[in-house]
This record gives sequence, C-alpha cells and structure tokens, in this order.
Amino acid sequence: MTDPIDFHAWPDADGRFGGFGGRYVAETLMAPLAELTAAYEHYRMDPAFIAELDRDLAEYVGRPSPIYHAERLSREVGGAQILLKREDLNHTGAHKINNTVGQALLAKRMGKPRVIAETGAGQHGVATATVAARLGLKCVVYMGATDIERQKINVYRMKLLGAEVVPVTAGSQTLKDALNEALRDWVTNVHDTFYIIGTVAGPHPYPKMVRDFNAVIGREARAQMQSRYGKLPDALVACVGGGSNAIGLFHAFLNDAGVAIYGAEAAGDGLDTGRHAASLAAGRPGILHGNRTYVLCDDAGQITETHSVSAGLDYPGVGPEHAWLKETGRATYLGVDDGEALAAFHTLARTEGILAALESSHAVALGMRLARDMRPDQAVLVNLSGRGDKDVHTIAAREGIEL
Amino acid sequence: MSATVHNRIDVRFAALREQGRTALIPFITAGDPSIEATLAAMKAAVAAGADLIELGVPFSDPMADGPVIQKASERAIAAGTDAPAVFELVNRFRAGDTCTPVVLMGYLNPVEIHGRERFAREAAAAGVDGLLLVDAPLEEAAPFQALLSEQGLHQILLAAPTTGGERRAQLASAATGFIYYVAFAGVTGAARLNAQAVSAPVAALRELANVPVVIGFGVRDAASAREVGALADGVVVGSALVERMATATDPATAGATAGEFLGSLRAALDSTAK
Ligand SMILES: Cc1ncc(COP(=O)(O)O)c(C=O)c1O
Repeated sequence: MTDPIDFHAWPDADGRFGGFGGRYVAETLMAPLAELTAAYEHYRMDPAFIAELDRDLAEYVGRPSPIYHAERLSREVGGAQILLKREDLNHTGAHKINNTVGQALLAKRMGKPRVIAETGAGQHGVATATVAARLGLKCVVYMGATDIERQKINVYRMKLLGAEVVPVTAGSQTLKDALNEALRDWVTNVHDTFYIIGTVAGPHPYPKMVRDFNAVIGREARAQMQSRYGKLPDALVACVGGGSNAIGLFHAFLNDAGVAIYGAEAAGDGLDTGRHAASLAAGRPGILHGNRTYVLCDDAGQITETHSVSAGLDYPGVGPEHAWLKETGRATYLGVDDGEALAAFHTLARTEGILAALESSHAVALGMRLARDMRPDQAVLVNLSGRGDKDVHTIAAREGIEL
Repeated sequence: MSATVHNRIDVRFAALREQGRTALIPFITAGDPSIEATLAAMKAAVAAGADLIELGVPFSDPMADGPVIQKASERAIAAGTDAPAVFELVNRFRAGDTCTPVVLMGYLNPVEIHGRERFAREAAAAGVDGLLLVDAPLEEAAPFQALLSEQGLHQILLAAPTTGGERRAQLASAATGFIYYVAFAGVTGAARLNAQAVSAPVAALRELANVPVVIGFGVRDAASAREVGALADGVVVGSALVERMATATDPATAGATAGEFLGSLRAALDSTAK
C-alpha cells in the first residue's frame, strides 16, 4: 500500500501540484513574482498581518458565514440533508472578498499604491474595488466587453466605488481576455502595481495564495460541522470557474478521506455540444495564464471560446490544484448545464427564499443531484459562493421577461 | 563534431562578428494574413539585408504582446495557421535559402498540444534553427533544453530589465544561440524604448554570456535601430514591421513593404561603425 497523499503539503516550493502549476510567464514577471512570493511567505506568518486580516474578515466581511440547513429543499429533493455554506452573506455578496481583503493588505504592506484586477461576473472586480476604496488604493479593473454587457450592475457598482473599468475587446472579450490584459498592465507597471488575481489560477504564488485566503471557508465549515452536528459532511460540492470558492471549501477537508468532494463545472448547452466551460470534465492538460493545468483548446493549441449562462464560470482554464485533485482522484468534477443550473436557482428561491448567484446555482444543482441518491442521515455541504442579485436581469432576459 | 557548430544561428553571428556588423532581425507573424504573404516577406527581408528571421507562431492568448501582434495573431489563426503550416512555410523558405537562420517565437500551449518532442523534431526537419518560448522562462525552459539540442535546435532565452544580477548570470550560462534582451518592462509594440536604460544591463549580459545579445521591443524606425544597434549584437524589429504589413494583403505588396522598411533599418545599422 502506498502512503496516503498529504494534500496540505502542496504546492512545492516551485508552485507545483504534482505536474500542474508552475510559473509560465514572460521573463519580466519573474522578479515581481519572486518578490510577491517572498512577501506573502513572510506576512502569512506575521502575527500582526494575521491579526489585521482576521479583524477585517470579522468586522468588514462579516465572517464567520453560517452553515444553513436547507430543510425544505432537502425534503423536496428527497435524500441527504443539504447544508449551505453562506458565502452569499459576505460583504459584497460573494466569497471573492475573502481573497481581495488579504491581497489588498499585502499590497499595502508591499507599498504598492495601485491595484489591478480581472473580472468575469464582476464579483471579483467589485470585491477589489471595495477593498481598494477602503485602503485608498488606485484601482483598475479589466473586464471583457461581452461581460460588461451582461453584468451591467456590477460595472456600475465598481464605478461607484471609484474604480476604473477598462473594457477588453481582444479575443473572445470574456474573462480569459481580461486576464491577459491585466497581465499586460502588470508587466508594464510592475514598479507600482499589485495584481490582485481573482481565482486560484495564474503563476505561482497566486494559486496557493488565493487558496489560502479562501481556505477560511473550509476551516470554518469543518469546525461548524463538528460543533453543530458532531460529524463531517459526507460530501462537499462547489462550483468551479477558476476554482477559488471550491478550493476554499475543499482545502480543510482534503485529508479527510471519508468526505467525498465534487466540483460542478459549467456544461453550458451540454458537454457534447462543445458549447461549455468544463475544462476538467472535457479539456486536456496544457498551459494558460502562467500555469500548467487543464484547458479547453483545439488541436492547434488555440484556447477555445467558452459558453455558460454564468459569466463567472466562463473560463477555459482552471486552477492547477484542481487539475491535480482530478488526477489523484481526490475530487470528482462533473458538468451542470445551463438548464439544470437555472432550475436549481428557481427551486432554491422557492423552497428557501434564497436567490443564489448563477455560478453557485451550478453547485446547488449538483448538490441536489447527489443528495437524491443518498440517505436522509447523510449530509451534503454546498458552497453557496454568492448571491444572485447581479443575475436577475440575465435570468429575466432568458425567460423572456422585460423588467 | 557537435550539432551546434552547424546551427545556422552560430554560423551567422560568427560571420557578422567578423564583418563588424549588427544583426537585423525582423519578426513576422507566420500566416498573417496568409502563408504566401509571409513567404514573400521573408524572402524580401533577406534581400533587404535581414540576417535572421523570427517567425511568430500564432497563439490565441498572447499575454506578452501589444495590440499590433495580438491582431496579427488573430488574423493568422483565422487563416488556419497551425504548427504544421509554419513548418511547411519554413520548408518552402529553405528551398531557396539554406543560410538565413529561422527562429520560431511563440507561446507554450500550441507546442505542448502538438507534443514537445514532435514539435522539436518536425521544426528541425523543416529547417528551423531555434525556438523562443515567451512563457517559458529559465526554470520552465530547462526541461525542454535536451529535447531541442538533440535536434540541433537552440533554445533562445529572454532577459529583461527586471532580471537581477544573479539571475542574469544563470541565464547567461544557460543561453544557447543568442540572448534576447527585452528593452523595457511592457508588451511588444509599446513606445517605451530608452536606449540609455538598456545600455548597462546589455553590457553586463554581453560580459557574462558566451553568446550574442540582441535587443528587441520598441524598435520602430531607423533612428531607434541605430541607437540600440550600437549597444548590442543585433536588433529585433517586430510590431513596427507587422503594423506596416497589416495593410498589405497580397504577397507582392507584403514583400515590397517589408523590403522597403527593413532596407532603411539595414542602412541605419551599417552606418554605425563597430
Ligand atoms: C458567486 C461566484 N461564484 C463562483 C465564481 C467562480 O469563481 P471561482 O471558481 O474562482 O470560485 C464567481 C466568479 O465570478 C462568482 O462570482
């Protein structure tokens, strides 16, 4: 028998999770990444930094977020108990702020007066603009022109918070192109700019650092499960765009072999249509945005356009740690198509009075699917990564309703 | 005899050193807007005095490139330019030119998907001499080195203004073919070239390295070519050339445009005594 993997020991010093991760960037960024890594490794052990972060998470973000037992939903599904980790109750309405609070504190410590970010759904952009306003940092957010169109409310929120939103018209005009443009800004302004990446992608140390800042979700959840139910959940479910809310929930449980772990990827119109964003379920190993991971690309290696009703899942790559969790078999990644996600959105709204983000609705849908085949004494913990206010227009439009 | 002795890059730089000349290195995106246009431009470039050709292998997400080369890549991809098409292009170029070195420049994913070993083998068979992978810095390039040298190909490494002293030394000792010094922190095509800032780091690199050092990024015209040409073993001109060729859709115009522009740079470089 081989020893079980200690999942908490990764990544290694080079930022590798098994064969994934690394630092595939232009030479110009190698020194800034080394500087960032050194600063992060220093401050994550620094008691004053930790204390300030904890205070911000408690008093500004509103942590801990509760675990809520969705009893009516569980009854309607008929199977395991469905529990929701309520990241939607955080300030700004999603898990994204866990990470931006941490990175912004780091930016301040590193003496960088300007922060930049990429955003898809706009949640990370809003979360970045929010902390930048609070710390008095200049903030520029890159957003694909297509996403600006479908997430108008978040664009306006960012502007209200004092951020400059730069439309990206290159390529497919979505999240991946916004990330390219942010990298181009960073390479140009490395001397005074801190790039706050919004998910567990990008070059090392981002996949580790963003994970660590979001891992508060799983740490809380694990303690809450033990104190309230005296046991761990039987299964975890989270949606996976780049994978930050998912790894945030999963990480504390990775060495708990009895806890099954599931990621819900956006299957768009369906995995067999080619119009989806399921990099792990339907992609292949490649290199994108500074790391080796699973990507969606054609046979020439060109990254393909993705499709999902939710802008936050519309990404052709995925964090390298998820690629590794897939390969080791520790986690299972399944597709949820637009229709199933929308149905779950409505079921949750009707049974529990919660409007989930479209991204999170993918996790709810997979949680419902899994719960159906489980016993009532079992528990499925679903990460409700964000609230759905930003998606009301999209949902109305899809259902032919004019507001 | 080792394979490197025969690499066209080494042969060309040795000859240039003997003649006291500075290498003129045009960058052209392969397949922009067509393979025929690129082939015509390559031939015209050589006729106008180019010493080495960098051929861009298009990628959908060129994160180190500015708008000019991004658009060129989009046009090339739309025209169906993939690795086999680029190899075929080099093969056709070689039918008429067995001396001018060709370096492929691009990003890792198309190479990974094609297969590293297969890419190296097919590139070498087509007559390619070196490979420059923008998103493979020293650490990520190292595992590729053996595969390439087995095929007689050089791996061209980049150095940048942010590259520190210790790293500069590591780079210099790992370098093969030549070192490409990125003139400023930024993307290709930006107007940020400052010859004064480039001078000291390039001198330090030339001191450390056994291979030539060329300067790229931001060379737009004869004046800037002359200015940085005086500091290095070669000068790369990319965006300024690609931008001029963007309006030239037929092969004849592409060739004429490239030839005329590069001719002016050649004259400027040759006017500097070494
Ligand atoms: C509410 C919500 N959930 C999930 C995501 C997807 O990101 P990740 O996979 O990094 O959690 C987003 C991204 O915008 C989001 O806004």
